[in-house]
Amino acid sequence: MIRIFKSGFLGLIFLYLYLPILVLVVNSFNESKYGYDWKGFSWRWYEKLWNNDALMDAFGNSLLIACLSATAATVIGALMALAIYRYKFPLKKTAGSLLFVVMMSPDIVLAITFLVIFIALGIQLGFWSLLIAHITFCLPFVVITVYAQLKGFDDNLLEAAQDLGASESRIFRLIILPIILPAVISGWLLSFTLSLDDVIISSFVTGPGFEILPIRVFSMVKVGISPEVNVLATVLLFISLTLVTVVTLLMKRKTEA
Amino acid sequence: MSQSPFRRFIIILTLAWLALFVLAPHFLVVLTSVMTPDSEHLAVWPMTLDAYARIWEPLYADVFWQSLALSAKATLICLLLGYPFAYIVAKMSPAWRAFMMFLMIIPFWTNSLIRTYAIKLLLGNKGLFNWVLEAIGVIDAPIQMIYTEFAVVFGLTYILLPFMALPLISSFDKLDKDLIEAGHDLGAGFWQRFYHIVLPLTMPGVVAGCLIVFLPAMGMFYVADLLGGAKNLLLGNIIKNQFLVVRDWPFGSAFSVTLIVIMGMMLWLYYAANKKVQRMGGLDDQNL
Repeated sequence: MIRIFKSGFLGLIFLYLYLPILVLVVNSFNESKYGYDWKGFSWRWYEKLWNNDALMDAFGNSLLIACLSATAATVIGALMALAIYRYKFPLKKTAGSLLFVVMMSPDIVLAITFLVIFIALGIQLGFWSLLIAHITFCLPFVVITVYAQLKGFDDNLLEAAQDLGASESRIFRLIILPIILPAVISGWLLSFTLSLDDVIISSFVTGPGFEILPIRVFSMVKVGISPEVNVLATVLLFISLTLVTVVTLLMKRKTEA
Repeated sequence: MSQSPFRRFIIILTLAWLALFVLAPHFLVVLTSVMTPDSEHLAVWPMTLDAYARIWEPLYADVFWQSLALSAKATLICLLLGYPFAYIVAKMSPAWRAFMMFLMIIPFWTNSLIRTYAIKLLLGNKGLFNWVLEAIGVIDAPIQMIYTEFAVVFGLTYILLPFMALPLISSFDKLDKDLIEAGHDLGAGFWQRFYHIVLPLTMPGVVAGCLIVFLPAMGMFYVADLLGGAKNLLLGNIIKNQFLVVRDWPFGSAFSVTLIVIMGMMLWLYYAANKKVQRMGGLDDQNL
């Protein structure tokens, strides 16, 4: 009895989370514009998206920013985690608090702080501003993931390497990096996800020269219904799922090897 | 310890990045909030507290309270759904738990704006819900769901539920099962165990979840724009307007500083809850 109740509850939660997405995916193949009105299977909207240059550009830009910012955030975040874990330096506590602030701040607050600093520094709003902002809001999540992994392993290994005369960068490459690799990969995936999902911060730091998805989509769906957006959601989901499956499989093979 | 170049490099990278893109920007926003708006230079001296005074004008104060109320509703619903969900998930085997958490992440890959648009397809007058209700004969004419407060709360809850569930799952994970068993052995019933042991020990998770749902909810202008109609429902709408349309940066900054202050108060609450849990001895030292 309790089991049925529990499964039912889980089912309801996932129905809530997935029904909207299901509507998008099903609708993307629908000849008719409206989801409840199934008029037969069609690739019509896929063609329409393919021919919508502005939307395709924004789509490509979003994927580009997500990949680049996830990669950069992972590299910088892993190095930050290492610095905080391994070295003593002034203002270390402050650095930790600042990362915590980034993680806890509402997006709208971060968005404004980024906009203000880019204007103050004279950085043109567009590609670079988006990249820096996305890297920064992903950083704390990478640092936490990698730091947790570093905390779990044996210090003696590092000391032994140090006593044998290995340089710091060599220790990093040969000992630390292999150990934190799983955390680095999950940090990358998390950053990729956060970057792709973001609307608020991107809306503030984007510029006319470099349009990304949420800005383009916002102007399309504000008034009416756009079937191309359904297609876009389906394709995004498909690309991300493929990417994550590949990464997970590679990780599995690596750990088994 | 010798100063290796690698060591120096990563320490400088850490401090420089955080100083330049986190500390300085926050400082600048506080500074902007006490400056005078200027059409050409965005913000100029002399210093003034005008922006903070204007927050209390009825027009803006109303939005402020309204957005607090909407966020509070969404947060409460997230908590009511997320708490039992986390409880069930935390009891599963590690493999199943990982799978459940993966299922919570997948929706993020479609971008939250597109998902908000999907909610519009569900709640619209010609949307799925109304169509189903009419098809099974519950209603004759469509119910107005879209462009109401209900739609906004529905959308906010939808977007933010995973953010509530994930910290709750980890706080259930850390729960010391022995304490519950001890309660059981001493004859405490389910509700007694829940109220005196489980709830206080998971309180840090509850506060953390509320913290990362409540404040962001106030900023989600696109949810209000798409689901609430053209009204300024959330604080995020005002801030966005002040920054990107009206270009009154000091006023927009003053709102952000207010949000930061509220965040500070909630963080203090979080530490207080954590301290209490540590005193109860139910958790190991739980630092971020």
